[in-house]
Amino acid sequence: MIALLDYGAGNLTSVRKALAHLGAPVTTPSALAQLTDASGLIVPGVGNFEVTATLGQDWRDAILNYISSGRPLLGICVGMQWLFDGSVEAPGHPGLGLIPGTCQLLTADPESQHKITTDDDTEITRFKVPHVGWNALHRQGESWLLDGINEGDQVYFTHSYAAPLTDRCVGSTRYGTEFAAAVEYGPVGGVQFHPEKSSDVGLHILQNFLRRVP
Amino acid sequence: MLSKRIIACLDVRDGAVVKGINFEGLKRAGDPATLAARYNREGIDEVVILDVTATIEKRKALTETIQAVAREIFLPLCVGGGIRGEDHAEAAIDAGADKVGINTAALAQPELITTLAKRYGSQAVIVAIDAKREDGRFKIYVRSGQQGTEHDAVEWAQQAADRGAGEILLTSIDRDGTKQGFDCELTAAVSNAVPIPVIASGGAGTFNHFVDVFKTGRADAALAASIFHYAEHAVEDLKTHLYTHGVPVRLPLGERSAHADSID
Repeated sequence: MIALLDYGAGNLTSVRKALAHLGAPVTTPSALAQLTDASGLIVPGVGNFEVTATLGQDWRDAILNYISSGRPLLGICVGMQWLFDGSVEAPGHPGLGLIPGTCQLLTADPESQHKITTDDDTEITRFKVPHVGWNALHRQGESWLLDGINEGDQVYFTHSYAAPLTDRCVGSTRYGTEFAAAVEYGPVGGVQFHPEKSSDVGLHILQNFLRRVP
Repeated sequence: MLSKRIIACLDVRDGAVVKGINFEGLKRAGDPATLAARYNREGIDEVVILDVTATIEKRKALTETIQAVAREIFLPLCVGGGIRGEDHAEAAIDAGADKVGINTAALAQPELITTLAKRYGSQAVIVAIDAKREDGRFKIYVRSGQQGTEHDAVEWAQQAADRGAGEILLTSIDRDGTKQGFDCELTAAVSNAVPIPVIASGGAGTFNHFVDVFKTGRADAALAASIFHYAEHAVEDLKTHLYTHGVPVRLPLGERSAHADSID
């Protein structure tokens, strides 16, 4: 049974629909005890990083216990960011700290192609945030999470903050700067993009996760 | 790099897709779920369901349409048309929408933008603006293009962004349904003025119109309806055309290698 965590961080309809389509039995645990029986765990999340504050110490401990038992976990969007130390979006709210680094606001890089000339001939940088749309995955080494995904396959992003590149990064993307699109740490995976909204490529990635669930 | 998005708009009335010219004269084009499934196969990036003549009795039909379409596609889905308040937005999102589009209601109650952004996140809130060229400005029309206002499209777009809108869906009333091309000047004016993505709408007739609206119009995404509804393979062909004209797009799997050498 796969546990899909509903901690008030956004609508789960699309994730539920994708998992149902892939034939995965999903439950939404209302109590910590239900995590002990879960064979897979998905931590979704949209919106501000501070929504993770609802995951108090007892949930954090339960999830860390879950992870140390070697069972698979998938963090999606804010759920992936939460695997890190935290995000500048919500400074008072630490992440799980499984992967070192702090999520930062997306910014244009200095050699930006986002420069435009305005009516009075001044040049300004118009870098749109959030990062919304389909962008390419750049594979970094071996990965169970991105198994079968081709270099350059595109997935759907919608976010304003991004996780740094680390050894745990198995897929990066570029918008202004290069940042983590997919991370992996043993049986723990995380994706910044929305696999449930990334058509066939996204469903394939979800299936890769489901394959890890005994 | 980030691809430009091609979005299919399903104008829906009584559970069927219709398409109008200059917001009037609607004609039927098919079943929403079937069309959505076809666009998904052809590589569409997003789908918008626009409830064209929203009345209270039709709300239930809309919920069923959203559910039917959501079953067919694993793509971002936006629902708009007659969303008057938080409860309508909630119903659409619960039915399967990832984003809601608000137009008349946003202008009448700008706080609604912030309320929805706080509850669902900015990425779920699209502010739709219908604009017409008048007296040298881009004036906003509400109520499906029927009622003029004194509001300016560029100024309102800036306010909407400040209030938490995630994207702007900008429709040119002058061009809508005419197939004469998008209003690139309007689109660029708004796109340059706001820090959030702008979706251009209204006027798509040829593939080159899309090239123009992405380059000259500075649009981040483009929305179209009839150009896709009545022609098989239009989405794939359009994306190939864009790719070969230097516009970054998401091509269907397997297409990339075929065209990798033909970019300008």
